[in-house]
Amino acid sequence: MQHERPPSHVSAPVLALLSVGLALQIGLHAVTPEPRAKAYDLAQPPPASLLRLASLGEPIALAKILMLQLQAFDYQSGSKVPYRELDYARLDAWLSRILELDPEGQYPLLAASRLYAEVPDETRQRSMLDFVYRRYLQDPNRRWPWLAHATFLAKHRLHDIDLALKYAAALQKYTTAKDVPAWATTMEIFIREDMDELEAARVMIGGLLAGGKITDRGELSFLDGRLREIEERLKQSAPK
Amino acid sequence: MLRHILPIARYTLLEALRNRLLWLALILVAAGLAFTQFLQQLAITESNQIQAALLAALVRVGVVFMLASFVVTSMVREFNDKVMELILSRPLRRSSYFFGKLIGYAALALALALISSLPLALFAPAPQVALWGLSLACELLIVTAFALFCVLSLTQVISALAAVAGFYLLSRSISALQIMAANPLSDVLSLGQQAVNFVIGVIAFLLPGLDRMTQTGWLIYSAPLPAEIMGLLAQTAVYVMLLCGATLFDLQRKNF
Repeated sequence: MQHERPPSHVSAPVLALLSVGLALQIGLHAVTPEPRAKAYDLAQPPPASLLRLASLGEPIALAKILMLQLQAFDYQSGSKVPYRELDYARLDAWLSRILELDPEGQYPLLAASRLYAEVPDETRQRSMLDFVYRRYLQDPNRRWPWLAHATFLAKHRLHDIDLALKYAAALQKYTTAKDVPAWATTMEIFIREDMDELEAARVMIGGLLAGGKITDRGELSFLDGRLREIEERLKQSAPK
Repeated sequence: MLRHILPIARYTLLEALRNRLLWLALILVAAGLAFTQFLQQLAITESNQIQAALLAALVRVGVVFMLASFVVTSMVREFNDKVMELILSRPLRRSSYFFGKLIGYAALALALALISSLPLALFAPAPQVALWGLSLACELLIVTAFALFCVLSLTQVISALAAVAGFYLLSRSISALQIMAANPLSDVLSLGQQAVNFVIGVIAFLLPGLDRMTQTGWLIYSAPLPAEIMGLLAQTAVYVMLLCGATLFDLQRKNF
């Protein structure tokens, strides 16, 4: 016996009911206004303990969703709201919560240094760089790339050489992992050189070369060249 | 026809009562009240609103799950016990059997909506609670009709329940999916993204807008506008009609 009878076996009223129902459903959907998101201000994030409770034991998954939601926040009501319109104090709080849920995640730091710190607003830029700096101090060996980028922004965008030096000094002092490239931990030297703090730069390069931390032949030769250059400049600037 | 439909509806409702489903609903409401009362103690402001919002969300999901599970398991039991075949061997139309079951489950849905709404009147104005309860009844009717459609087509507990759960979650989130699809993060849409957007659009046409129904905001902020109420009544009528057509189409093609 066949499992199903042919469609021709279905009675006309049932076919009519199905067709009319389908047509009405499509018609009703067509006349219903398109769903639109309501634009609203970025709210304060809930406490981390509440977020952990809401994550039902999946804090990393919740952190990923929150990060996407936060990143998409500037797309409200279908129109793009520039990042500079956001409340950066709340943004900082949201990024902090997400990092608390997923401390090994790099996304909040990337977003802070590459998205939110790129706005043409110095106050907001500084607040995001400060966020990166504070969070770097909690896990320097994992988060150094973002502070390195923050150092670059402080020096070349904000033209705040003291701030760049503070970040570069932190990179040099706290980043201890062996797989960190030397350029990241030697940034302080070049910033000091730019600041005409030649003596300090000379001492630092000398210390690096003597300390044996740098083993790459190319880097050794590059630093050696810079050391000679600095010494030459020091000689020229010395009172005769 | 009614003389066939009403006894089936009556016995369906009787089965629900003997399964102590209404007692289970009362326990759910009592547990929800106790839990939200605990949370209310923690609040320093808007404590009534917190209790109303949490209780409403909890009982809404709870009764939907309870009703869908009951419809599916009760129908599968009828298949397995050959009760359905026994009834259909009588001089009775298949549509009478279907409408009898639907009316019985719909009566149960109304009772569940009433049980869920009444305690909310402790924390929100009665007219707003009444409209919220009406909307919940509409939502439960759609879920009932869809669960009946699934179980008559699939005849298995797990697959029918999974289909109902997928339908319910998708119907409640389809608007959010549409918004996300309409406003992508990148300015350039790949062919794959365009295809996904198209599929989401087509699915949205075939799903009821459950996200516009039974909103917690109606309880704690302002009552829905008359146009919203009319919209949800129209949506319920149209969608139940569509599901009745689809279920009867499937039922009339079945060989037992």
